[in-house]
Amino acid sequence: MALSAIFLIFFLVMHLLINLLSVFNEGLFNEASHFMGTNPVIQFAMQPVLIFGVVYHFVMGFILEIQNRNARVVSYARNNGAANSTWMSRNMIYSGMFILIFLVIHFIDFWFPEMNTKYILGDMSGMHNGEFRYFEELQHKFVPIWRVALYVMGFVFLALHLLHGFNSAFQSVGANNKYTNGLKGFGKAYAILIPAGFIFIALFHHFNH
Amino acid sequence: MNLTLKIWRQKGANDKGKMVDYKVTDISEHMSFLEMMDVLNEQLIAEGEEPVAFDHDCREGICGMCSMYINGEAHGPDRGITTCQLHMRMFNDGDTITIEPWRAKAFPVIKDLIVDRTSFERIQQAGGYISVNTSGNTQDANAIPISKHAADEAMDAATCIGCGACVATCKNSSAMLFVGAKVSQYALLPQGQVEAADRVKNMVAQMDLEGFGNCTNTGACEVECPKGISLTNIARMNREFLKANLKG
Repeated sequence: MALSAIFLIFFLVMHLLINLLSVFNEGLFNEASHFMGTNPVIQFAMQPVLIFGVVYHFVMGFILEIQNRNARVVSYARNNGAANSTWMSRNMIYSGMFILIFLVIHFIDFWFPEMNTKYILGDMSGMHNGEFRYFEELQHKFVPIWRVALYVMGFVFLALHLLHGFNSAFQSVGANNKYTNGLKGFGKAYAILIPAGFIFIALFHHFNH
Repeated sequence: MNLTLKIWRQKGANDKGKMVDYKVTDISEHMSFLEMMDVLNEQLIAEGEEPVAFDHDCREGICGMCSMYINGEAHGPDRGITTCQLHMRMFNDGDTITIEPWRAKAFPVIKDLIVDRTSFERIQQAGGYISVNTSGNTQDANAIPISKHAADEAMDAATCIGCGACVATCKNSSAMLFVGAKVSQYALLPQGQVEAADRVKNMVAQMDLEGFGNCTNTGACEVECPKGISLTNIARMNREFLKANLKG
């Protein structure tokens, strides 16, 4: 669980950096998207690893939740969880489930059409009307305000998930030492800045299409 | 002060159990929580009712026997204390206080507020010991050099009294703080090295067998622990477990 979380933490940084190119340089974003979408190492080695990491993280999350619920047969009549722990730490399953719903929508929006174009229709050119299609497709997706709102909500839940999950992952692999306080601060900054970056990109394309 | 108590009553392990309301009057704010329970029980005996069964022994925060979930918190609303060290000055006249037993599948209720915590003992038996030569040639522990830092950390871990508040307060009923403390108190000392790998593997296996949940690092156990056992002990146990399994 923790190892897949750390893997996904690294992946999110890479995803954000590539997406940020769409804000600063349309051409560079198109080049990067085409490279990522057609490079065989990325497509046939790294992409399956990523999908496995995501699926493993969700499946293990549900298994842990079921095991943990089974460990307490009778609930307390009165329980004051807020007295000793954060809301985020007590509700990882719910923030995780919302992220899962968001991911399904995200896949329907971007990943499935991409797979269809490349591997079913067989168009590996990445071109549309003589130009790279990636930037246009991205901007087009963020025209409807409902989709932007959904993405913003998805990233807010991602931030809530990361606010506990980042440091929890390192604690689970045994990393609790003199660097922990620094890591906790970095984790909080990461949990806010990375989702904020994704939100910025969605809003940027909505207002600049 | 006058109080309303909502207390879990359960005749035996197989009884369904229910919350029952009681009134107590003229409770002094200087009383301990258990003294208040004594007043209630004397009142119940005088009325010909069955007194509330609850665990207690030393009544000075050392033995780890008292175990009440008070107003939604293990050992009540104060910090760094056991139930017997909780004072009635933490409450106000007219308050309603909810009192429940530890809730966990691995801590089944025996009667009322008493739970069976022998699962902790079985975990301890699985590896919470060191082998010492007792043939008359026992080496003096003071002759073995141990750094002040390691000795302090081992002592901090060893202050765990095994009360089970960590399990009771954890939303997952995880025993990782208890097991982490017990693994750490030996892992930090040279005497604990010989059986280190077997110890952590056996204690974790027994913990899982008992039906405790998994740690999701909410940190609630550390906050509610009467002895302030730190989450660093769970991280250390995780490292020890990883190391032991990598060695095979």
